[in-house]
Amino acid sequence: MIALETVAPVIEWQSLSPVLIVLGGACLGVIWEGVLPRRLRNPFQIVTLLAAIIGALTMLTLNFLHASLATDAATSVDPKVGLLAVGTLCSDGPSMAAWFALLVFGGLALLIFGDRQLNQGASAFASAAATTPGSDEEQLADTIGREHTEVYALGLFSLAGMMVFVAANDLITMFIALEVMSLPLYLLAAIARRKRLLSQEAALKYFLLGAFASAFFLFGAALIYGYSGSFQWAGIDSAISGGSTSGVAVVTFGDGILITGVALLAVGLLFKMGAVPFQSWVPDVYTGSPTPVTGWMAVGVKIAAILGMMRVFYVALGGIRWTWQPVIAVVAVLTMVVGVIMALAQTNIKRLLAYSAVSHAGFILTAVVGTQFYVGAGQLNAIGSVMFYLIGYGFATIAGFAIIMMVRRGSAEAWDLDDWAGIGVKNPVVGVLFAIVLLSFAGIPLTAGFIGKWAVFTSAWTGGYWWLAVVGIAFSLVAAYLYLKVLIKMFFAPPAEGVRVAKASPFVWIPVIISTIATLILGLLPGPVMQWLSTLEIFIR
Amino acid sequence: MTFPLLTCLGLLPIIGAAILILPVRAAGKWIGLGFALATLGLAAAAVPVYLGDPTALTQTVPWIPAFGAYWALSVDGMGLTMVLLTALLTPLVLFAEWNITGKGTKWTSQAFAALVLLLEGLSLLVFMADDILLFYICFEATLIPMYFLIGGFGGERRSQAALKFLLFGLAGGLIMLVSVVGIGSFSQQAIGAPTYLISQIGVSLSGGSTWAWVLMLCFLAAFILKAPMVPVHTWLPTAAEEATPGSSVLMVGILDKIGTFGMIRICLTLFPVESAAIAPVMIVLALVSIIYGALAAIGSKNLLRLVAYTSVSHFGFMVLGIYTFTSVGLGGTMFYQVNHGFSTAALFLVLGFLIKRRGSANVADYGGVQSQAPILSGALLLAGLSGLALPGMSTFVSEFEVLAGSWSRYPWAAIVAALGTVLAAVYILLMYQRTMTGPATPEVEETITTDLTLKEKLVAFGLAAVVIILGLIPNLALSVITPTAQETLTQIGVADHQAPLGEEVPA
Repeated sequence: MIALETVAPVIEWQSLSPVLIVLGGACLGVIWEGVLPRRLRNPFQIVTLLAAIIGALTMLTLNFLHASLATDAATSVDPKVGLLAVGTLCSDGPSMAAWFALLVFGGLALLIFGDRQLNQGASAFASAAATTPGSDEEQLADTIGREHTEVYALGLFSLAGMMVFVAANDLITMFIALEVMSLPLYLLAAIARRKRLLSQEAALKYFLLGAFASAFFLFGAALIYGYSGSFQWAGIDSAISGGSTSGVAVVTFGDGILITGVALLAVGLLFKMGAVPFQSWVPDVYTGSPTPVTGWMAVGVKIAAILGMMRVFYVALGGIRWTWQPVIAVVAVLTMVVGVIMALAQTNIKRLLAYSAVSHAGFILTAVVGTQFYVGAGQLNAIGSVMFYLIGYGFATIAGFAIIMMVRRGSAEAWDLDDWAGIGVKNPVVGVLFAIVLLSFAGIPLTAGFIGKWAVFTSAWTGGYWWLAVVGIAFSLVAAYLYLKVLIKMFFAPPAEGVRVAKASPFVWIPVIISTIATLILGLLPGPVMQWLSTLEIFIR
Repeated sequence: MTFPLLTCLGLLPIIGAAILILPVRAAGKWIGLGFALATLGLAAAAVPVYLGDPTALTQTVPWIPAFGAYWALSVDGMGLTMVLLTALLTPLVLFAEWNITGKGTKWTSQAFAALVLLLEGLSLLVFMADDILLFYICFEATLIPMYFLIGGFGGERRSQAALKFLLFGLAGGLIMLVSVVGIGSFSQQAIGAPTYLISQIGVSLSGGSTWAWVLMLCFLAAFILKAPMVPVHTWLPTAAEEATPGSSVLMVGILDKIGTFGMIRICLTLFPVESAAIAPVMIVLALVSIIYGALAAIGSKNLLRLVAYTSVSHFGFMVLGIYTFTSVGLGGTMFYQVNHGFSTAALFLVLGFLIKRRGSANVADYGGVQSQAPILSGALLLAGLSGLALPGMSTFVSEFEVLAGSWSRYPWAAIVAALGTVLAAVYILLMYQRTMTGPATPEVEETITTDLTLKEKLVAFGLAAVVIILGLIPNLALSVITPTAQETLTQIGVADHQAPLGEEVPA
């Protein structure tokens, strides 16, 4: 009898389970579309979505509680902190925290897809996306009440892509995750119920530019492979740092190929986070996409892109940080400046928030540049600061775009800033909630936005980039003016005629209330979350 | 652990504000007043505890350990008097602005009470904070309720005034943020862990280094913007002109004191070397404020603007007292902060009663009010005299102390500042003469038909009584203030400069 000598790869099922559950939920969503009658699809999709998110969060919590995040990773015997799935993913403090954040925000943002009250019984998505806008077919689809219920499944796919992206341990995994997270978003961007041409234009722009960015990323990955002979972070790092004890790296080509590769890789990543000079898609795509989708992509993609970037640039490319840090510092300044200044000129609330999202990428980049990992025990390192900023930004963004869905002229969303005049007086509850969102964006104390700004600027300063922190603070003031302008309009201007706050279903209200309360709690008592983030330690190699 | 009196004191008004979010309708003002009075009760309860043992009230609880931030509250003599001032003025303002509503908007008296309570709680926390981060957060957060108080209840151009107020405030706040972020970073380098406790930071900053200068200047810039000194005072007259008198009382009487308070609490304590070096500059700025504020007050055509400019002048005196580096001058400033709060409150509120009747704040629209409303004009005279520091009023004691302190170190400054006291008499008496004396104009006869009501009398004469009592028995306040002033000077290692009585003044 001959035994088969195949060694099966070790797959850490439990550690991977959060991603697998989300992907499973997405696949189930696709199956529902095929086997269920139309009227059952929506409830099944929503239950599947919630079950997937809650299941993934539960497994993640269990994993986290068992994972000992010891100070010294070398002496840690816990297999859950380490490389997963034959070294393609890493499970460490930052990736777990990012998964927590992505799952929570995913749950909140995708729940908003379920609202059917704001559009009089229909969802925010086109009834039949394949029909020509304004055609008879569209009319027909509207009349018989067709709808796209696969949006939830698409949302879950993008969520799974983001989760893999932040935990990727090599360039190929990262690239695949990039595509998994982006492709569903290109689709989702295209299927707004109203202003469909705008939505289709946005999707096309997003797709074309996104495809370019992916190509840049891939080209960069190829060049870095050419330099280092490895796709994995550890291999690239050892090739760069020269200490090639592993024997993997045999550097044949000069630094030119490495630097070019890094630059191209950076283009791909900076595009995804919407940093200047790769920001031009942001306002168009954020405005044209269905508003619930805008909320999700503003939060999810930003978290994924920034944490992914920190991982690549510090773990794999940390050896040449003196080369790229000044460049990214300049990008950070440009992003803050362009984001804030362009936002000042906007008269459309969605475009305004889009440029504000650009500026937030700049504020976060200050900490990415000034990263100093090795701080004392129990203190917040740069990853923790960035995480906290992203969490605060995420809650405010989700609530902000959800509230934009509620303010309507006639039956369409009122995007014109002038239409927002007096909303705070017409409907004080919505007014106060949106005020909290704006104050958090502006970084006014008692909101999460302030603590986040504080954290990233402190990180930048401690990391030696004090001037970047000062520039950041200066532009915070300009940005504050921007949000206050909106606030003034909402509360002190004479109310605009014909604009109302439409009745929304709990699908919108629950995320809005949770997000605004979280914004306040994180601003008043950031201690526990900070404490948790400061136990995360750094990226493993 | 003992009863956290200061925490309760700071949080009680904020809880009250939170309760007022509920739709309680007509009960709103009663709830607001109730919370304000309860806060006053707590503040009063803190006095015997403090007199028994000044450190008994201190509280330090870790708040954001990752930043080294603490929920640390304590009071010294200056903090305690400011807390009492805040706790006294708040119910008074709520009482005086009982039936307030926004002009042409839906802003209600309930919203007013909620905002005032929020402002009170945050200001109390600023005056009690022992931790820079806590201080900073509350310092910045006070801007929000004040912004809505101006923007929601002000006059015609209220939204511009509110924006101007907020932008100046935010500019100061963000300049200060540079320092605060820097302090966290430096304490981390010096001690190994970031800390924001005022008592621990002092150790980590070496005096005279470039960074100490930068940090101190950023703090100072923020405080100069807050306690408006010429040339960055312009937001104050605009805001005071547009806000309701009640809001102005809180803004000038309490919020702006954070500026001078911060100079003592942060600049002097943490950066003694740099503060001493910059003292001459600050004294010149203070003198400019004193004279410019007084001259602008004389030239003001609007009553509320006039009071705002008098405050610019008064803040000049306070800053002068701080940078004399003498216990007399410093104590004088601490006392001045309190007195100015009461006397300006009296001026703003009595003028508010007057303006409500006539419907205009222009000086030119008045004349001969005395004959129509003698009690009102009497109240205005009392308030005005307290503003010009008449002997017998508490303001006289503090102004004299500041001048005496300044004389002992910088006689030339004392001489220029004394000119300010003369100008003060001019702007107050000129204002009184133009509005109150002479024959009543037809418009005045037509509009001002009633004298002060019982409620208004209570407010006006209550404030005047406080000023007179503190003027006759200044030791009520000075007995807690003077030790604090001396302690501050000892702490920063400056020998007290005794007034050279009976000696030749060195040339």
